[in-house]
Amino acid sequence: MKEIFVLTEHRQGEIRDITFEMLAKGRELAEAAKTELAAVLLGSNVKEYAKILSEYTKRVLVVEDAQLENFNSETYQRVLASIIKERKPLLTLMGHTSFGLDLAPSLAVSLNIPLATDCIDLGFRNDALTVTRQMYGGKVNVNCLLKKAESYIGTVRQATFPAGKKSPSNGEIVEITSPLSDEITEKRFVKYVLPPPGGVDITATDVLIGIGRGIKDESEIPSAEELAKALGGALACSRPIVDKGWLPDDRQVGSSGKTVKPKLYIALGISGAFQHILGMKNSDLIIAVNKDPKAPIFGVADYGVVEDLFKIMPSLKSKVEELKK
Amino acid sequence: MDVIVCVKHVPETAEADLKINPKGTAIEESGLVFDINEWDDYALEEAVQIKEKFEGSVTAITVGPEEADSTLRKCLARGANKAIRLTDPKFEGSDSFATAKILHNVIKDLPFNVILTGALASDDGFAAAGPILAELLGIPHATMVKKIELNGDFARVNRELEGGLEEVIDVKLPAVFSIQTGINEPRYVSIMGIRKAMQKETQVLGLAEVGLSENEVGESGSWIKTEKMYVPPVEKQAEFLAGAPEEIAAKIADILKSRGLV
Repeated sequence: MKEIFVLTEHRQGEIRDITFEMLAKGRELAEAAKTELAAVLLGSNVKEYAKILSEYTKRVLVVEDAQLENFNSETYQRVLASIIKERKPLLTLMGHTSFGLDLAPSLAVSLNIPLATDCIDLGFRNDALTVTRQMYGGKVNVNCLLKKAESYIGTVRQATFPAGKKSPSNGEIVEITSPLSDEITEKRFVKYVLPPPGGVDITATDVLIGIGRGIKDESEIPSAEELAKALGGALACSRPIVDKGWLPDDRQVGSSGKTVKPKLYIALGISGAFQHILGMKNSDLIIAVNKDPKAPIFGVADYGVVEDLFKIMPSLKSKVEELKK
Repeated sequence: MDVIVCVKHVPETAEADLKINPKGTAIEESGLVFDINEWDDYALEEAVQIKEKFEGSVTAITVGPEEADSTLRKCLARGANKAIRLTDPKFEGSDSFATAKILHNVIKDLPFNVILTGALASDDGFAAAGPILAELLGIPHATMVKKIELNGDFARVNRELEGGLEEVIDVKLPAVFSIQTGINEPRYVSIMGIRKAMQKETQVLGLAEVGLSENEVGESGSWIKTEKMYVPPVEKQAEFLAGAPEEIAAKIADILKSRGLV
């Protein structure tokens, strides 16, 4: 029987959330396609993970090899290609994460099977894969059809599908012998690095003023900082501000930065790419100021202002200072 | 050290009000400003910095319409030695797989030690052309690259992971690296510099010169095709505050006060 595969993503001793999100979606797809869900687990000494995964799926396919201890797209690709060739799953899901991004495209080419990346929904129509994706930084959705094939690969956006419940009965754990030999690899993991912490911890601050591309110029940063100060908070930002070097790395909110849950988050000139929204959507109160009424940030904000942020920032600062008197 | 940088000419949409065409297949492009894809801008800067450090050449290559010449001119003005534009009506509708095949057929005959691409393009967001190109060329790749140190026949690169974490890996050269924004500070180019670059020649190749058949490119050579484009449905919408800036600021201040935030 054809299966639907979910590739387990784990790092530094834990299974990452995206795995459970994909297992939930994968189960739904497997039921609709009358097929079976299987988690694929590659690693070294990962028996404990296999046990956890077996509570969520019909089957766990495990390959253990010292060369699979840390994620490496080269070794992962070799192992996964051999399992996919052997079992011909209908679909293999992996995260649209730095892990899946590095693995899925070259794997699809090596197996000559179609790939859809960054999916926010997936389904089948007449045995062909259909997916929903976003374009132009989340401003539009597109429904897409993939070329007819026996097997597909899809990368799934993080925090899109809710993690599922456990299955009523535990799945079987199937051990597969590693196909890797000791040949010299072209890619080698060296180490993990974390940037040194800075002076302000934005995850421990009650009020955050988040600034984005709309701030336009570095010279505008002090006035945003003043507003943050008036509110007793700190300045945070979206990716473009850190890329330009206007604020340090540790002020970045989003999937590649910090996840924050302040009492108040005011987004100034942030359009709301999903990577940023992932990092701040659980704030207690969100107020967004943006010139584009269709900016995705308004989909998570409690209050929205469609206006030039430079007109709002100084007025708001003086109103807040008045109230404090 | 010969570097090839793959770039894409895309509309700037971060702050634009997008309209979808009546057929619901694409956005209306009129009125939009086109420029080099933001990620490719960092890839270009990295390519030029490698050339400055190790000597050699930078070749900029794009798959796109004639208008993409303005992006190629930017590459030449910033320090690329040569520009190649791959243009054919048959290329339209290409996904990242078809685009990578077109690039591959030209790049395989060029000298290179390193190939750089942006980690993704701001229009389609596939984030796949770089590693697909690597696999077609039979060389290794690394995506989401935030730092490159070249050491003879291998490179030590930092890849961006989630939550601020990075991993350091060694990759054998030649290789394809897809570049994440923030890796460097793209340099400013004067209008004069761009004018001067206009004297440099851009090589233009079509389907026949690239050496692919019609069904290997465009929609028929792609894995994925767009059926319908639409504005994302809103699950929740903010309550909009209207009025003059002063009035809006007063309303926000009231909300903050009622919640005990001021």
